[in-house]
Amino acid sequence: MTGPAQLHRREFIKVGTLAGGGLLLAIYAPTVKAHNSAALPFQPNAFLRIDPSGEITITVARSDMGQGVRTALPMIIAEELDADWNSVRVMQADAHPNQYGRMMTVGSSSVRNGAWLPLRKAGAAAREMLVAAAAARWGVSAGDLRTESGRVLHAASARSASYGELAEAAAALPVPVEPKLKDPATFKLIGTSPALFDTPDKVTGRAKFGIDARVPGMLFATVVHPPVFGSRVKSFDAAKAKAVAGVRHVVQIPTGIAVVAEHTGAALKGAQALVIEYENTGFAMNSSDIFKSFADLADKPGVEAKKVGDAAATLPKSAKRVESTYEAPYLAHATMEPMNCTANVQADRVELWAPTQNPQGAQQTAAQITGVPISNVTVHVQLLGCGWGRRSRQDFVEDAVHTSKAVGAPVQVLWTREEDMQHDFYRPAAHVRLEGGLDGAGKLAAMIVRVAAQPISGGGAVDGPAVASIADTPYAIPNYLVEYCRATNAVPVGYWRSVGPSQNTFIFESFIDELAHAAKRDPVELRRELLANDARMLNVVNLAAERSQWGTPLPAGRARGIALVDDKGGRVAEVAEVSLTGGKIRVHKVTLVADCGQIIHSGIVDGQLSGSVVAGLGAALYGEITIERGRVKQTNFRDYPMLRIDEMPEIDVHIVRNGEEPGGVGEPGVPPIAAAVANALFTLTGVRAKRLPLRADLFTPVGTR
Amino acid sequence: MTFLFAYTHTSSHPILLRHRRTVGRLSVACKLGHRADYAQPPTALLRKESGCRLNRPANIDALMPTYSLRVNGRTHEVNVDADTRLLWIVRDLLGLTGTKYGCGIAQCGACTVHVNGKATRSCTLQVSQVGDRAITTIEGLSPNATHAVQKAWIAEEVPQCGYCQSGQVMTAAALLATNKAPTDADIDGAMDGLICRCGTYDRIRRAIHRAAKEG
Repeated sequence: MTGPAQLHRREFIKVGTLAGGGLLLAIYAPTVKAHNSAALPFQPNAFLRIDPSGEITITVARSDMGQGVRTALPMIIAEELDADWNSVRVMQADAHPNQYGRMMTVGSSSVRNGAWLPLRKAGAAAREMLVAAAAARWGVSAGDLRTESGRVLHAASARSASYGELAEAAAALPVPVEPKLKDPATFKLIGTSPALFDTPDKVTGRAKFGIDARVPGMLFATVVHPPVFGSRVKSFDAAKAKAVAGVRHVVQIPTGIAVVAEHTGAALKGAQALVIEYENTGFAMNSSDIFKSFADLADKPGVEAKKVGDAAATLPKSAKRVESTYEAPYLAHATMEPMNCTANVQADRVELWAPTQNPQGAQQTAAQITGVPISNVTVHVQLLGCGWGRRSRQDFVEDAVHTSKAVGAPVQVLWTREEDMQHDFYRPAAHVRLEGGLDGAGKLAAMIVRVAAQPISGGGAVDGPAVASIADTPYAIPNYLVEYCRATNAVPVGYWRSVGPSQNTFIFESFIDELAHAAKRDPVELRRELLANDARMLNVVNLAAERSQWGTPLPAGRARGIALVDDKGGRVAEVAEVSLTGGKIRVHKVTLVADCGQIIHSGIVDGQLSGSVVAGLGAALYGEITIERGRVKQTNFRDYPMLRIDEMPEIDVHIVRNGEEPGGVGEPGVPPIAAAVANALFTLTGVRAKRLPLRADLFTPVGTR
Repeated sequence: MTFLFAYTHTSSHPILLRHRRTVGRLSVACKLGHRADYAQPPTALLRKESGCRLNRPANIDALMPTYSLRVNGRTHEVNVDADTRLLWIVRDLLGLTGTKYGCGIAQCGACTVHVNGKATRSCTLQVSQVGDRAITTIEGLSPNATHAVQKAWIAEEVPQCGYCQSGQVMTAAALLATNKAPTDADIDGAMDGLICRCGTYDRIRRAIHRAAKEG
């Protein structure tokens, strides 16, 4: 390293008070050296750096699992900065306990709920500093300057300077604490659809996912976990596994048995040769036992989750009462990239390469296991081959840290698809009872809902996710009671793309449909009535009805169904057009209308919403994890099928553009589709599905199959 | 400037691999300053490659057969068990990580490569079954994403997470090599063995039609 570069490093720390840190510098060092310039890079905050060359590096501290944050978040900064988008490059942040705030990438939360504000401020602060530097250089008022496409311009004197030219001077100025943000009406970049940074790498094989981490001297491993939940290894015989060519180590770690080899193929072959005896924990439930236990819980009152008026008193006086019980199964995430992590545990430091939605959690996990201080734990966030909430957990990180520690070498632990499917944190199964009362005019007068399910969130008497989109329905129900019955068993449950609303919207929106049919009312009309006080949701429903040509005749054998959700700041209605063809449920077309407030990248939003339909439809038609004698029965895509290209419906996505505060985008499109399809199937056949997945034989009269 | 992962060439890791030629431009190369340059661990950005020498334990040849594989136009010799799947050879021994593991039972297509131009699942193909057939991985499909399918994939912004897309691209390229103007039904027939968990199927279809038109 040359003298000037060392000077850069010191200056860098001084300038980047929010952003210093040895590793960051180490990564930047080659760039600094390459420029070989005496001028300073300008780094007003953790998210942004402007080099004297004019190159702008924007650091993304959220994990990209296909939702496009590595392009969308830089757009937010570049917008406020008035950067030349072509000079922007993206850098993925390593885990840091506090530099970037919360790095956990879950709940469609990277932009909404004010999460975009620090990014806007980062861009705006840098812009103000660059303008101030230009004002000082030219001896003019900052108010007479404007910025455009990476330059500061002074109209009166026709002078201009690039951000690169001003970077050094700007770096010496104080960072504004409350910079002025743009009026969203003046956004030029936000709301458009520039090319995604990562697409070229994703079509050439260059993109680096978790399993693509390569470290000098690394070994490749897989871990066999006890198949019964809560069980542990009692004893094992590694002789045959060790005899497999290429297998280097077989070690017991707290979570199972790791087979460590010179390539993954040898590790997998070794794992198959293991003979393992497990402790009997006594957990031997079947799915039928679990649903029976939920039903028993729902026989008794639960904890109040929502109360409006007096539903218990109103229901008996209803002109018409409807009662129904629905159930939803456990679901696996089945991310395309199975769980994996690469770890290099050394005496005084740990380095991880992890496809994680929770880098800070991974950092803490490694520190706890090894005793190495957090400051010596580096977590490189790789691309994620899907996330869906699964990668917010740390079990795969634990496996890699334990294994690397045990064998004293860098190790990549990759789970087989079978291990991945059988050791998930499943979307909770649910048993939900609903009772609704209609008055003489066919208006919904009262409703009581009782939800029995395992909690995800842990704390509190009511599990928020278990009653989500039921307790907080956008419908105005004058007398309404929601109760939660807490279930417990050894099946691990967790966050599954869109979480509680994914199963509850099927249940709740199917029941609303039941009520509409019981009242002999059009399902859209009843929903409009219930949404009279929610203008944005009502607008979405109206648009969905209009664009799907709701109420107009369809060819024989086809029917439409509608469902909606208000989830994570996104309001979505979906209309499905279905048939039963050749004994199969066929979804021909889905009309999707979404109000997600201000959108950042229109192409990403479109892709997230249509992809959400695929996610929800695949789960609705096929998704079911069953438990047999305390373990998961399904093993792979053969018995846990996914939607494929020949089953993909035409999807008409319509995005409402209204400039409201940004809402979630990655999840709210998932929940409505199951109910939209089930409601269409009811219209088509008169049969009401009360369970997922939707099985065609339920709707096909015997003798016509 | 081309940098290579030292792992592939210089480590003392006995990965049982011998290159018949110098492999100075294996496709794990990444270019610094690339627009989408993903933050690499400092250890991954190492040095300009000039050649390779691999340590091979002397007793290895006696234990396992040697297979000669033609991958992306280069010949490699590997000493592995006969039932070793091609997937792990290209990923872990040759360092061609573009080909992905998804299911291990030929149900998802993430591992698709070309064997003599035919789309083939590398997760179930045993090394002993390859013979002298030419293997092409995503890294060898074209220089710099110039294949019509890759160009169309970029134009249509197909990938979301992108993990399955190597397999999708390779399968689509094999389809178009034999069918210049596939119908929707042809596309279904060729592509329905693959899974995209992000649900990019509509864009995959559009991109194949585009590649057929513009190819």
